[in-house]
Amino acid sequence: MIYADNAATTKMSEAAIKRMIEVANENYGNPSSLYVFGQRAKEILEEAREDVAGIINANPKEILFTSGGSEADNQAIISAAELGKKKGKNHIISSKFEHHAVLHTLQKLEKNGFEVTLLDVHEDGLIRPEEVEAAIKDETCLVTIMYANNEIGTIQPIKEIGAICRKHGVVFHTDAVQAIAHLKIDVEDQNIDMLSASAHKFHGPKGVGFLYARKGILLTNLIEGGAQERGKRAGTENVPGIAAMATALKEAYANLDENAENTRKKRDRLIEGLSEIEHSALNGDATKRLPGNVNFCFEGIEGESLLLLLDDKGIAASSGSACTSGSLDPSHVLLAIGRVHDVAHGSLRLSIDEKLTDEDVEYVITAVKEVVEYLRGFSPIWRDLTTGKKQFIL
Amino acid sequence: MALYSDKVMDHFRNPRNVGVIENADAVGEVGNAKCGDIMTMYLKIDNDIISDVKFETFGCGSAIASSSMATELIKGKPISEALQLTNKAVAEALDGLPAYKMHCSVLAEEAIKSAIKDYYDKNGIEYDKELFAEGHDCAHCCDV
Ligand SMILES: Cc1ncc(COP(=O)(O)O)c(C=O)c1O
Repeated sequence: MIYADNAATTKMSEAAIKRMIEVANENYGNPSSLYVFGQRAKEILEEAREDVAGIINANPKEILFTSGGSEADNQAIISAAELGKKKGKNHIISSKFEHHAVLHTLQKLEKNGFEVTLLDVHEDGLIRPEEVEAAIKDETCLVTIMYANNEIGTIQPIKEIGAICRKHGVVFHTDAVQAIAHLKIDVEDQNIDMLSASAHKFHGPKGVGFLYARKGILLTNLIEGGAQERGKRAGTENVPGIAAMATALKEAYANLDENAENTRKKRDRLIEGLSEIEHSALNGDATKRLPGNVNFCFEGIEGESLLLLLDDKGIAASSGSACTSGSLDPSHVLLAIGRVHDVAHGSLRLSIDEKLTDEDVEYVITAVKEVVEYLRGFSPIWRDLTTGKKQFIL
Repeated sequence: MALYSDKVMDHFRNPRNVGVIENADAVGEVGNAKCGDIMTMYLKIDNDIISDVKFETFGCGSAIASSSMATELIKGKPISEALQLTNKAVAEALDGLPAYKMHCSVLAEEAIKSAIKDYYDKNGIEYDKELFAEGHDCAHCCDV
C-alpha cells in the first residue's frame, strides 16, 4: 500500500513504539504515587514536558498534556473565552477554514453569548494579517487561526498575526496540529500565546497531544478531578503515550530540514504531474504549503469514487467530497477558498511523507490520471462540459 | 467492516450498461452537480419493452453502483414493470446501502421514471401524472 494520508494520521515511528512499550513495561507506576517507582514515572513525564517545551521554545510549565489536538483546541478556546468574560470581553476572531475542533467550540460559545467573526480565506488559502487587525475590536478576547490547514496545507502568516494580537493585547491561539514536526516553531519569536498539537500526526501515538499556554494565561478545566497537570487536567497521565510523543517529536526535529526538503521535492513532482490533467487545479498556494500536502480539484468527477478506485490500486488518500464526509456539503475548506460545490466534490488530498519513493510518486501520478480519465468517461457533467452545454470552471 | 457490500463494490468496479445510447427513445437526467450526484439514463424501447438501457453517472461509489443495478433490473422488462421499480428494491439488490447513501438509490429510481416520462411525452402517450409527482430533483438535499 502507498500511504498518502498522513494528514489523517501517521504510522508510529519505530523509536516511538519502542519507547511506548519500554515505559509501559518498566514504568507503570502512577506518577502521583509517593514511592520511588511512581516518582520515576513522574520523572519520565517531566522529561517529556521539557523535550516538548524545548522544541517550541517554551517553558516546561507552559505545557499541558492532553488527549490530542481536539482537546487542546477546546481547552485553549474555552479558557481564553472565560478570561475574556471576566474582563467583559466577548468577541472572538477565527477563520472559515479552521478544523471542526475549533469551529464547533466557537459555535458553542456563540450560543452562550459570544460574538464570533470568521474571517474569509483568500483563494490562495491564506489569511491576511491586515484583515485580522481590521476585525479586532475593544471586546476581542481571542484570535484563533490555524498554523497550517489540514486539507490544503497552506501555511498562515503566524508571526505577523501574533504581532498584531500582541499590539492589541489580544490572546493568540494557533492550532498547529498539522504544522508541528514539519515546520520550525518558536512561540517566543512568533508571538504565540497558545498552541495545540497532536502526537498521531507526527508518527507518535493516537490519543495524546499537548496544549502550550503562555505563563499567566489561566486555563479552565475541561476535566475535573485529581490534581494532575497542575490541577488543569484531571486523570492519571498517559505516561507511555506522552513519552512516545516526546520521542517522535524529537526525532522529527532532528531530521526536520532533510525530511522537509525531500518531501517537498516529491510534493512538487506530484503537483507537476497532476497538473497535466486537463481542467484540474491545485488548491491552495503552491509554495506556502506544508512539504507533504497536495490537494487538487478535478472537474467532472466525484471524490469518493476516485478514492475507492485509488484504493483498488493500493493508494490510500482522502477527499473533501460530501460523500466522504457523510454530510451533504463538500469540504468547508474548499468552499472557503471559493471552490464552487460542483468542483469541490471532485477533490483529492494526498498527504505524503519522506518515505514515499520516487517510483511511488510516478505510480500515483499515473494511477490518478487513469482513474480521473475513466470516471470522466461516463460522467454526465464531463459530457456536458466537453460538448459545450456547460462552461468549464477550471 | 467495509463501507459497502461486496455487491455494491462489484457494481461500482464493473458497472453494467455504462455509456450512451445514440438515438435513444428516451433520456432521463436527475440530480445536480451541487449535491454531487447526477444520473442520466438512456432507454431503447420496442413494443413497450425496454430492449436496451445505458447510464452515465457523476457521483460516489454507491451512486454508480445504484445506477448499474437499476439498469440490470429493468433491462428486457416491460415499461409497466420498470415503473414499479422502487429505490428499496435497488438497495436490496445491492445487499443494502449505508443509511446516508440511500438517496443514491432514490436517484436511480427517479432517473428511470424520468426517462419513461420522457418517452411518454415524446410519443404523446397519456399517463397518470401521480406516478411522476415526486421527482424532487435532489433539490431538497442542498438549498439550490
Ligand atoms: C488541524 C487539526 N486540528 C485538530 C485535529 C484533531 O486532532 P486529534 O485527532 O488529535 O483530536 C486535527 C486532526 O484531525 C487537525 O488536522
